[in-house]
Amino acid sequence: MPADTNTTRSTGLHVGEVRPGVAKVDPILVADNITRSFGGLKAVDVDHVEIPRHAITALIGPNGAGKTTFFNLLTGFDKPDTGEWSFDGKSISGVPAFKTSRMGQVRTFQLTKALAMLSVLENMKLGAKAQKGENFFTAMLPWLWRKQDDEIEQKALKLLERFKLDTKQDDFAASLSGGQRKLLEMARALMSDPTLVMLDEPMAGVNPALTQSLLDHILGLKADGMTVLFVEHDMHMVRHISDWVIVMAEGRIVAEGPPDEVMKNPAVIDAYLGSHMDTDLGVVTGRIETVTAPKREKK
Amino acid sequence: MDWGAIFSNSVVWIVNPETIAYALATVGLAIHFGYTGLLNFGQAGFMALGAYGYAISILTFGFPWWAGILVGIAASVLFALILGIPTLRLRADYLAIATIALAEVVRLLFQTTTFDAVTGSADGLGGYHDSFRAANPIPKGTYGFGPFTYNETDWWVRIFGILLLALAVLITWLLMRSPWGRVVKGIREDEDAVRALGKNVFSYKMQALILGGVFGSLGGVVFAMPSAVIPAVYVPSLTFFLWTILLLGGAATIFGPVLGSVLFWVIMAFLSNLLPRMSEAGLLPFMSNQQANITRFILVGLALMLIVIFRPQGILGNKKELTFNAR
Amino acid sequence: MVPAQRFRLLMKRPIMLLFAVLMASMAFAMTAATPAHADSINTDKYQYVFSGNVKYNDKPLSGVEIDVTGNGYSAKVKTDDKGQWSVGVPEKKKYSITLVESTLPKGVIVSQEGTDRITISDKGATIEAEFGLTDSKSVNFFLGQGVRETVSFFDQFVGRAINGLNFGLMLALASIGLSLVFGTTGISNFAHAEMVTFGALMALTFSVILSWPVWVAFPLAVVLTGALGWLQDVVVWKPLRIKGMSIVQLMIVSIGFSLALRYVFQYFFGGRTYQLPDMGSKKIPLLGPIALSPTDMVSMAISIVMLVLVAFWLQRTKIGKATRAIADNSSLAAASGIDVDRVVRIVWIFGSALAGLSGILWAYFRPGIKWDMGWQILLLIFAAVVLGGLGTAYGALVGSIIVGLLVELSTLWIPSDIKYVGPFIVLIIVLMVRPQGLLGRRERIG
Repeated sequence: MPADTNTTRSTGLHVGEVRPGVAKVDPILVADNITRSFGGLKAVDVDHVEIPRHAITALIGPNGAGKTTFFNLLTGFDKPDTGEWSFDGKSISGVPAFKTSRMGQVRTFQLTKALAMLSVLENMKLGAKAQKGENFFTAMLPWLWRKQDDEIEQKALKLLERFKLDTKQDDFAASLSGGQRKLLEMARALMSDPTLVMLDEPMAGVNPALTQSLLDHILGLKADGMTVLFVEHDMHMVRHISDWVIVMAEGRIVAEGPPDEVMKNPAVIDAYLGSHMDTDLGVVTGRIETVTAPKREKK
Repeated sequence: MDWGAIFSNSVVWIVNPETIAYALATVGLAIHFGYTGLLNFGQAGFMALGAYGYAISILTFGFPWWAGILVGIAASVLFALILGIPTLRLRADYLAIATIALAEVVRLLFQTTTFDAVTGSADGLGGYHDSFRAANPIPKGTYGFGPFTYNETDWWVRIFGILLLALAVLITWLLMRSPWGRVVKGIREDEDAVRALGKNVFSYKMQALILGGVFGSLGGVVFAMPSAVIPAVYVPSLTFFLWTILLLGGAATIFGPVLGSVLFWVIMAFLSNLLPRMSEAGLLPFMSNQQANITRFILVGLALMLIVIFRPQGILGNKKELTFNAR
Repeated sequence: MVPAQRFRLLMKRPIMLLFAVLMASMAFAMTAATPAHADSINTDKYQYVFSGNVKYNDKPLSGVEIDVTGNGYSAKVKTDDKGQWSVGVPEKKKYSITLVESTLPKGVIVSQEGTDRITISDKGATIEAEFGLTDSKSVNFFLGQGVRETVSFFDQFVGRAINGLNFGLMLALASIGLSLVFGTTGISNFAHAEMVTFGALMALTFSVILSWPVWVAFPLAVVLTGALGWLQDVVVWKPLRIKGMSIVQLMIVSIGFSLALRYVFQYFFGGRTYQLPDMGSKKIPLLGPIALSPTDMVSMAISIVMLVLVAFWLQRTKIGKATRAIADNSSLAAASGIDVDRVVRIVWIFGSALAGLSGILWAYFRPGIKWDMGWQILLLIFAAVVLGGLGTAYGALVGSIIVGLLVELSTLWIPSDIKYVGPFIVLIIVLMVRPQGLLGRRERIG
């Protein structure tokens, strides 16, 4: 499936004129006035942003734009200096990471965090929510959790099949390739039936042969009713699967909008080329057809 | 040389209370480090709390022996909380330094003359055995065979210790094959990943710290049961010996701590019987009797280094199972 | 708060200890047999009697006041010309018995040596006494030569602060090596303690055992410790770095290494405490409450000079700058052409040599040299380094001074046998509120 024929693209997500911080028809995540400094350097400085529900939103920007830091702040892995944000209408400012995850906002990491010395199946089962056997006392009484554990295993096996990892279920996660680990991490995140999946550079370090399948899986998440927010470097990837694009540079949101419009935005081209003069934006992930836009951008 | 004596003096250590006590404390350390990845270098502090909690509650408060054990457990739970709240959020090497420092605080407080009336300061405590011995179901007499011949009191201590050890091993085995064990093993691999999956990592680390600490305090109780409580025992070196035992047997294994403890003590006893005799027989001309004894501890240090470098998974461990995660 | 008056036993070793402890029954028999001689109060009135005998150098002391209080009862008695006293009390319970020191001859005080039952207050020495199986109990105080001198709180504070500064400076010498090794290699090196001991032991070997002059012996000891640092880098740490071991593994290896070295020291030097040649340990009053021995002064001067040299080395020399760069960001430093291996080797050599020097100075401060002396301060060194910020040289300096002051000053309020507790508690608190240490940069360490 050539990705630029993405027929499921959602449109009409925003309200009013397209500009940074524009209101969305149905936002799932709303953040206000978020700042975070590291030793005097402002890594994140976001006035207002809304993430549309049931859509795939890409968060892009050059290296050091503060994308991952912003991600960490929204998921409770880091604490901002100022700011408030809410998920699904509930304020989650300062809520620890494990709680935001339980509320249905699950993330992955840029550097994959497959739990190397656990088997692939154990990795998956760890992702399931509200397990009785995870309580210290009931854990010692297997008959109390055995049934639930079997159900979780069935669910895990189904997901593994979908992500084509079922043949690896008994291997240590350490033995997987980089791309397979990304898939495992995504599949593991789905074990908790999240409403918002936040992927931090899902394509980084992935063998080109696997990229298309990863992209399909991301589109699949949306088809299953989930909302996706992902950080990405590669503009093509973004263009092909995202419904909405948010561009960060130097900690701020400089532009947002539907992918095709954003790509034409001079502020974006400036932000990218300004700091990425010698980087080829186009050919990082081979399989996707290079369309005309990047050539124009490259000047 | 009297090989018979050397042999029998060594094999008795298989079931000596010290061996059982070290094994118990090391099972606790296995939960901390082997399964959860916590670098606890304060296990001696947990042992001291068990031993002193037991002795003090009997001597000062007149509790029965079983209540003394409960007090030891309670003290270790409290210590785990005090230790864990400030340190469990820290990087591994900070945790190591903080735990070793707090264990030293515990020892110094037991050793100071300030609380002599209760702790016996440097002399420690003794003479708290009556209650435990009164509960002995074994009729008076001598039992056993060969070197394993003991009177009813010695058997009672050993049997009770082995029962505690068996219970600790059973609990560990049950937990580590449960979803709870999956979570703590996940934390050992990468706590952020586990956090991202909605698990309260801090709480699990604390639970593991408490459980391992309780096993440590039970080790202290068993260590105190046959003899006395002396503060000079609970020095950091004790913790390092436990680590040697843990890594020797296999850190992320159920029976590694038990095997490690038996091997450690039998080898130590063997050397302490062999080396002085060799030096007396003139086989080690450069060594005095005392030096021969010290040599054992040099070997412990070297053994710890070599195990970590060449076989970090220990005797029973799977090469793939345990890695030392640098974070 | 009004500065508390505290007492200090000037002469630590009373020349003569007195009194064989009398059996309670014997004391009772004696008081019963010779009632006329003992100054007795209420012995007829009550059944329970405390009694005692006050002698100094075998001569009885008369007119010494003894106060008995407790359970709502109090009585005063003075010893007779045989030095004897007895007091009847209404109940068979615990009473406080105080010998009023102002009634003793000048230069004689109650000795606390060898017993911990005695508490000293403004009034005198107090023993808590209880009856045994019989109705009488003998209570004896041991007297010794000495002066209870009141030193004002301020003077004590200044004295201990100077001591603490001295201790802190020598800790700093040891800490900087540990911190730099951590900064450049990531190893929390427990065997650093043994570098401290090794320096002292080598100084002992050359200056005492071989009787070489100290100006040869001590520098040679420092150089040899540096050489041991180099050797361990070459033999142990560099190969392990190449092997790519994790910092946790390296730390445990260093613990094993530390254990092995420590017992090697004990193997050769035994469990004894040795002394280095006396370099002038008599305190010379300088200014007000400040009194320092020549050793103290030289030791502090050496520490300060060395620390200034280290600071100069870090700030101005190429290798020093490279060291800081590696501590800051090792891969970046390597990428910018710094020979990391070479710098790390130099850090091992200098760090160890400084530790060896601090060992010699500490041998004078303690005083004495023992096989596990370095181990005794290792945790203080770690506390200092973490306090200042792991991996930062100046942090180690600041942390060490704080720890040194804390250890010595805390003895104003807490018994000296738990003086090391203070820094450990502060360490935990710092880890809670500012885990990067005082001078460390904020980054994710939790």
